Amino acid sequence: MTRFLTRRQFGTLVTASTATLAMPGILRAENAGRLLIIGGGFGGASAARFAKMNYPDVSVTLVEPQTSFVTCPYGNLILGGKRELSDITHSYDGLRARGVDVIHDRAQEIDADGHRVTLASGDVLDYDKLILSPGIGLRWNAIEGYDEAASEVFPHAWWGGDGSQISLLRAQLEALPEGGVVGLAIPDNPFRCPPGPYERISMIAHHLKQANPTAKILAFDAKEGFAKQGLFEAAWAELYGDMIEWIPASADGRIMRVDPENKLFISEFGEEHRVDMGNVIPPQYAASIARDAGLANDSGWVPVEPRTFEAEAARDIHVIGDANIGAPMPKSGYIANSTAKTAVTAALAEISGRPAWDDPVYFNTCYSHAGEDYGISVAATFRLSEDGIAATPDSGGVSPSGELSEMARTRRLEARYADAWYDSITDDMFS
Amino acid sequence: MSTMSTPRIRLPGSASEGEEIEIRTLLTHPMITGVSSDDPRDMLTRFEARMNGETVFAYDFENGSAANPTFTFFIRAAAPGEFTFTWTHEDGQSVSAEESVSIS
Repeated sequence: MTRFLTRRQFGTLVTASTATLAMPGILRAENAGRLLIIGGGFGGASAARFAKMNYPDVSVTLVEPQTSFVTCPYGNLILGGKRELSDITHSYDGLRARGVDVIHDRAQEIDADGHRVTLASGDVLDYDKLILSPGIGLRWNAIEGYDEAASEVFPHAWWGGDGSQISLLRAQLEALPEGGVVGLAIPDNPFRCPPGPYERISMIAHHLKQANPTAKILAFDAKEGFAKQGLFEAAWAELYGDMIEWIPASADGRIMRVDPENKLFISEFGEEHRVDMGNVIPPQYAASIARDAGLANDSGWVPVEPRTFEAEAARDIHVIGDANIGAPMPKSGYIANSTAKTAVTAALAEISGRPAWDDPVYFNTCYSHAGEDYGISVAATFRLSEDGIAATPDSGGVSPSGELSEMARTRRLEARYADAWYDSITDDMFS
Repeated sequence: MSTMSTPRIRLPGSASEGEEIEIRTLLTHPMITGVSSDDPRDMLTRFEARMNGETVFAYDFENGSAANPTFTFFIRAAAPGEFTFTWTHEDGQSVSAEESVSIS
């Protein structure tokens, strides 16, 4: 069996130990080390698959509460009517078939000194190395009045979960009265998926243009600028006319309070905006398991050693994905996937005798769909420098700008590249 | 100069005696220096907050001041206050806003 020995199982397994000793194959596998991965998203699933493919003797266990994974990327396309929930839902069976022990439970507590993790069920898993890829926590009540109950009225749809949040947002969009107002509250940096809110605005507009063309989108932002801003704003003007109004912090765009009962967004300077439906993307921090383990600093995110992603606060715990401080790398699925491989290699260097990469390169492309056959992107590679991780000069950039009449082919191609990216990366996680 | 926009102010309507209150102000203004573009200079020169006629906070803008100046500052509410916030443009025009804080 590949499952780690849990304390609860220990008694029942004592009698089997002599049989295990007689099976040198299994014994060797146990000696090859136990890699525990918490979180089955872009970071964790990528790490599990990569570890099993490259270190077949290592026992790999993945703990993830959801029995299937709903991606945040391409969730916005559900709003645009271009995808169904089933299109962005992925099974863990592929990882199981590769020999990953997938446990659907919630990791509750990390004992870093004891190298063990307690699950919600009470089971305890021992590890040699831990890859922690827990994702984000939402800062409930950071926007006054925005708590878990409020998210049933004003969905955040900022984690995949069981898909209910994005489905709720889609249902509200379909039920929007003619000429109704859609409000979005967008947080300050840093947050998961920097271009995500703006792709979301685009996909909502894409839907409304056909279904409810007199509707209005008010996008309240706590920032002064955003990823791919020039490209997005050009797309909005070209495709959606004056449907979208983006309100930066300097125009009182920072939303401080919400009133779900009366459907109000209240701004920093006290202006009350009535909306027919609202999407509140609240400020974020690392998921609670990382903060509770004392791995995060005052910012709420986890500082890591940039070569190995080992947490600064604990040995043998490598923190990847949105929970860590990886700037200037964005909190993106692609970076979680890319850094997962370095983290696994570093974590298993000692055990496997194969050294960690001394000059890792991280790749990121954030594609966004701004409309039908209208893709835009920002790309970069990152490497280690004397000051930590740095963007490689001239390694990427954003899509070219220009009138749609001249750029139609480029935009259409980038939309197809985006689809291909999605298929490739989910293969690299789950197949 | 461009038209002076309407100031935005946020402060509590009432405070307990001696309480530290937060005051936020925002004036939308482009703050064009005329140095880095051909656009004519369009700059504010001073922001001033008065409480019961006495200046409690002031700032002189320079070329390095960014667009849409925002100030957040704290004041101890020792007595009921009539506040006046004034932004003055280099050409002498100004815009003001008034707010009051009662002591409960």
